[in-house]
Amino acid sequence: MPTLKSLEDLKQIREEALKKQQLRENSGKKEVIVGMGTVGIAAGARETLKAILDMIERENLKDIIVRQTGNIGLDSFEPIVQVVLPNEEKVTYGNVKPDMARRILEEHVVGGEIVQEYQIEK
Amino acid sequence: MREIALHILDIAENSISAGADQVKIQINEDLTEDLLQIKISDNGKGMDAETLEKITDPFITSRTTRKVGLGIPFFKAAAEACDGCFSIQSQPGLGTDVSVYFKHSHIDRMPLGNIASTFLSLLLGTPDIHWIYEHNVNEKYFVFDDQPIKEALDGLPLTEPAVLKYIRESFEEGIDMLYETDSITLESTN
Repeated sequence: MPTLKSLEDLKQIREEALKKQQLRENSGKKEVIVGMGTVGIAAGARETLKAILDMIERENLKDIIVRQTGNIGLDSFEPIVQVVLPNEEKVTYGNVKPDMARRILEEHVVGGEIVQEYQIEK
Repeated sequence: MREIALHILDIAENSISAGADQVKIQINEDLTEDLLQIKISDNGKGMDAETLEKITDPFITSRTTRKVGLGIPFFKAAAEACDGCFSIQSQPGLGTDVSVYFKHSHIDRMPLGNIASTFLSLLLGTPDIHWIYEHNVNEKYFVFDDQPIKEALDGLPLTEPAVLKYIRESFEEGIDMLYETDSITLESTN
């Protein structure tokens, strides 16, 4: 039976991450939430979430928490992505395809500017 | 849905909604018996016999935001369309097990699909749940239990970029290993 990569590797990753974390100012966590109900999944939510995770890994984006949620009652807008920045109100985006998710991550989560054209009217 | 992996994601979402804190996904590919078996077991709130009886009916759901639940009937129909079958067992307070069997070689069987993407979505999207993945192709086994990883991280988020890379690569390598064909060495008598 194969084993995972060594857990020692992981502990080293942890030490390095913590060192860097101490150097960064404590700006609070940014949260990205993807809707993963049946309708969301059928509409491509897994690929949208994957695009977000891939970009975090590739661009080395720190302090972002990714969560998923079940159906939130906005079926016709799935896949849905919500962004919560520290001390700001939740912003909801609809029909988010992978390329749109990447733009939301870049402009809103990292840059702090809401991507208004993708936002769902409240 | 075009992939078994998407159905698995959908069924596992039910486990999350049922308040499970441990979910196990098992995939058994037995090519000798021509069998593909999927099992998703959780320790969520479970269902009583009456709900269980109705659960494969497309017009039953315990959700309140919308009245129609389609995940389980979808998966059941997919299995039955290719000589497979579907079973669900549940006990209130103990959890739910969903098992689906496919004839591995059936021409209409949808592909397993991107199982790594499904598992990583679940693992990273719901870090408070203990996720276990077991997959075998004939005699080759791959097991991924997130507990040792979370202990080693000791509170560092799974979405830390270097951690994300570590988890993704570990999982993908494990899956790739299952499908590697054994290399055959041709011996020459010369």
